[in-house]
Amino acid sequence: MAVNEIQQRARAAIEASGNLQELDDLRVQFLGKKGEITALLKTLGAMEPEQRKSFGQAVNATRDALNQAISARRQTLEASALEEKLLSERVDVTLPGRGEQRGGLHPVTKVMERAIGIFNKLGFEVATGPEVEDDHYNFETLNFPPHHPARAMHDTFYFGDGRLLRTHTSPVQIRVMERSEPPFRIIAPGKVYRSDSDQTHTPMFHQVEGLLVGEGVSMADLKGVLHTFVNAFFERSLAMRFRPSYFPFTEPSAEVDISWDKGGGSQPSWLEILGCGMVHPNVLRACDVDPEKYTGYAFGMGVERLAMLRYGVTDLRQFFENDLEFLRQFH
Amino acid sequence: MQFNVTWLKKWVAVDLDAAELAVRLTASGLEVESVKPVAGDFSGLVVAEIEDCQPHPNADKLLLCTVNDGSDERLRIVCGASNARAGIRVPLARVGASIGSDCKIKQAKLRGVESFGMLCSAKELGLSEDHSGLMELPRDAPIGTDLRDYLSLEDKTIEVDLTPNRADCLSIRGLARDVAAICGADYIGMDVPAVPAVSNDALPIRLESPQDCPRYAGRIIRGIDPRASTPLWMTETLRRCGLHSISPVVDVTNYVLLELGQPMHAFDLEKLTDEIIVRRGREGEKLVLLDESEVDVDETVLAICDSKGPVAVAGIMGGLESGVGETSTDILFESAYFNPSTIMVKARAWGIHTAASHRFERGVDPQGQVAALERATALLIEIAGGAPGPVLLAEEPADIPRNHPVSLRHDRLNAVMGCAIGKETVDDIFEHLGMDMSWHDGSWTVTAPSIRFDIEIEEDLIEEVARIYGYDEIPEAPPSGVLAAGKISGRQVSLGQLRGVLCAAGYTEAINYSFIDSKQLEVVHHADHVLPLANPLSSDMDVMRTTLLPGLLTSLARNTRRQRKRVRLFETGLAFIQGEKLNESHRVAAVATGDALPEQWGVSARAMDFYDIKGEIESLFSLRGDAEQPLFKTGDLPWMHPGASAVILLRNHEIGWCGAVHPSVLKALEIKKCVFAFELDLDELLSREVSFAKHISRFPSIRRDIAVLLRNDVTYQEVKNCITSVAGSLLEKVLVFDEYQGDNLKKGYKSLAIGLIFKNVSSTLKDENVDPLIETVVSALERRVGAQLRG
Repeated sequence: MAVNEIQQRARAAIEASGNLQELDDLRVQFLGKKGEITALLKTLGAMEPEQRKSFGQAVNATRDALNQAISARRQTLEASALEEKLLSERVDVTLPGRGEQRGGLHPVTKVMERAIGIFNKLGFEVATGPEVEDDHYNFETLNFPPHHPARAMHDTFYFGDGRLLRTHTSPVQIRVMERSEPPFRIIAPGKVYRSDSDQTHTPMFHQVEGLLVGEGVSMADLKGVLHTFVNAFFERSLAMRFRPSYFPFTEPSAEVDISWDKGGGSQPSWLEILGCGMVHPNVLRACDVDPEKYTGYAFGMGVERLAMLRYGVTDLRQFFENDLEFLRQFH
Repeated sequence: MQFNVTWLKKWVAVDLDAAELAVRLTASGLEVESVKPVAGDFSGLVVAEIEDCQPHPNADKLLLCTVNDGSDERLRIVCGASNARAGIRVPLARVGASIGSDCKIKQAKLRGVESFGMLCSAKELGLSEDHSGLMELPRDAPIGTDLRDYLSLEDKTIEVDLTPNRADCLSIRGLARDVAAICGADYIGMDVPAVPAVSNDALPIRLESPQDCPRYAGRIIRGIDPRASTPLWMTETLRRCGLHSISPVVDVTNYVLLELGQPMHAFDLEKLTDEIIVRRGREGEKLVLLDESEVDVDETVLAICDSKGPVAVAGIMGGLESGVGETSTDILFESAYFNPSTIMVKARAWGIHTAASHRFERGVDPQGQVAALERATALLIEIAGGAPGPVLLAEEPADIPRNHPVSLRHDRLNAVMGCAIGKETVDDIFEHLGMDMSWHDGSWTVTAPSIRFDIEIEEDLIEEVARIYGYDEIPEAPPSGVLAAGKISGRQVSLGQLRGVLCAAGYTEAINYSFIDSKQLEVVHHADHVLPLANPLSSDMDVMRTTLLPGLLTSLARNTRRQRKRVRLFETGLAFIQGEKLNESHRVAAVATGDALPEQWGVSARAMDFYDIKGEIESLFSLRGDAEQPLFKTGDLPWMHPGASAVILLRNHEIGWCGAVHPSVLKALEIKKCVFAFELDLDELLSREVSFAKHISRFPSIRRDIAVLLRNDVTYQEVKNCITSVAGSLLEKVLVFDEYQGDNLKKGYKSLAIGLIFKNVSSTLKDENVDPLIETVVSALERRVGAQLRG
């Protein structure tokens, strides 16, 4: 019978079709407006009702079957076409990617940001001040009397008119206390200057200064906050030692050493990393803060020193040569 | 301050060894720099005498010595020292003795003669730097005695790095006080008996400036033996404390300086005329000091004078002329108290630093002058004989500083330290420190001994208690406080974000010094409004930078010299502009050289140009969100390429510049490649507004592209301004997608291809909405900027 014959032929042709175009041609050939199945359907009108019904069913079934076959074949062909396309688009994933090569931050900035971040979490707000200061802010209000030997500890750059480059970030303490009311909880990062240049000194370096003033603040608080900082900064628990020292603007004053393992199996040794103390009452008074009501502590640390420890840098001067090969190590 | 432990232990009953003592000193605020043995590592050496000395038969420079080592036999030792001679006593290393860790003395044949040991120099034994010959021991050194025993070498030298407030520890006496407290040991101290005068020799002493010098003690000693030599015990002690032996008189003053902390001076009495006057200098007076430098003794200088004029600068240095020499037999000892600030001002101004000025500046015991004089007199007479006159004392008691009582509240002490310290503990600390104290109603009233200059207020006492009690004993309290919301301004771009943008664009952060060479500022035409340093470290760091550019260019040059072709650096920091007032201007600047992108496959290399650096600036400004965008204007910047640089304006004022650096600047800095740079005012750049949401249109936009022919001097900014001023509110965006100049265009003309994007928030746009707008735009461009629409 013609229907079966057509179906068998069409199926064979669909299975044999090699691409979507051929398949579509077959669809037109069999199922299109002028297709063979369509032509059979057109003969129905002339048939007896009985015959029309059974023949009609047979043709419709064949049409559905062919549609299904075409659709199935299309999926197969599409899948293999995609596969072929993907295969042709294969890349060498080991070739380097394209674009800009990222720069990076200076290690001193990274360490400073790290210290600021830790103190921020402890509730200290960043404060800043000018780098060109005068005797009043850099020394006098910080309880350095004129000509005092303590001034010899600071080799100062002067401008010849009373102004100078700040030798420490401590003037920021004064500026903050002058312009607001206690309690104070600040961290003051920045550049400082001393006229000293050798293997272990550069004429410009960075400090992070901290100040906390409130009611009932004690040396025990100072010790606690600094040990918390040091452990957080170095990401391990380090032994710490407070040694009595002298700074005009704090009393009692201390220098702080950490027990530092230089590696190579040597014994850890004490390494000085910061100076601190309880804010001197003269300093509080100079800022109109009542030392009977308020006490506080201050501390200051050298950022380059921390950076050298953190990154294992041994020559301080490398920080200011800006050699890309050096800087890129810390990106 | 350097001292030997044996001496200290005569002053305080402490039985710790040097290493333990060092730990305790450091922990109490006297930072120990070093602990060293007082001699080299040797053993088995004895005192010996050279009895005979003959030339070596086979060598010109060697001698054959017959040496008595205290035994019955005599040793033959070959020796090359030039001072070897019969009759001197010297250190002998016999066969079997050892010097250093790996040198054992053996019997040896030297030029054919057997030698049974070695005679030693001081340097070989680590006792001095002197290696000119054998170490000559005193005539009475007992032959055969072990050298270490004889010289008491089982001793250590400790060097402490004292803070300026602790002048009291610049002497054995003061150190002993502190050690007594630190170690809870008994202070032994020393009685200084008065030496009776054996003559009435006197010299009038007048204090004309009692504020500067309220007490001056002097004493004449006549007839000292100029040939006397300082005994070994004293030279050894001085050596261990870092001083050389010079002469008995000088050695005695140095010894007393170390022992009691009182600087003294000795004049040759012959060179003094009539009297001693302590007064300020006078205009025109001059003095040649012991170091042979000449100084002006004007009214800023406190001088020791005789009737003819200055003979010494008080507390700093004596005069060359009046000093004690090798032949002096009659001397005047000086032991005075000078006001610290008087000494400090002048010593600082002159840059002179002596053992005396170091102590006077920091404070000398104002009650110690006479005791020091008595001690020095006794020591000198013992060594060199002589007849002392009476103590000559001039003083103005009202001007002599006195320690006042200071009170310490027990509860304040505990509050500041953050722990509870018992009353008895504090009593004990004060007692050991030699403080005079009483207790009343929860408070101590304390008067410090006159040797202490640093006890004036309650905090000074708190520090004393804390440091003796031990900082390590104070507990650590966990961080605490009232929580507060940190301030994060929405109107401020963070510096970190800005740095992040530059890092992503391939820039690495540099940090340069804030002071630079003024010549470099001239090179980059930024030499106006500079702030010069009065005391620069060197001429290449003589002024504060007025721009970050030279530092960055120098860093860039350093990198290109190291064969790096593509260098991108940025820096943030202050520029210092000295106008009527100083402006510390917060800047960000960058320099770049090399290709637009790093060398890579699949992208053809392209040299960087103006629009690359401009792009970096536009990304930075994008951090400001919708805040006003900058304008770029061709500017007159002498340090920049005149055709490829721009001034950057924000709200009509200049906030920076960018472009190619002028070739003449690069040449001056020896940079051979093209460099692009920018510098911006950070405060302006970082300020922004908090964004406010606008209505987002869901209707599609229409884009129309036009190409126009323009004279070369017409800027894109003019074209854009013209378009936005006439296109109306539907215009959403203008973009340029091509710029062309070339052969098929009229000379002096360029073509710009421009896209215009229109959008309506409330309806879909149709061609008839946009067409008339395009016509308006084109005709405005024709009229205002002479544009011709291209086909």
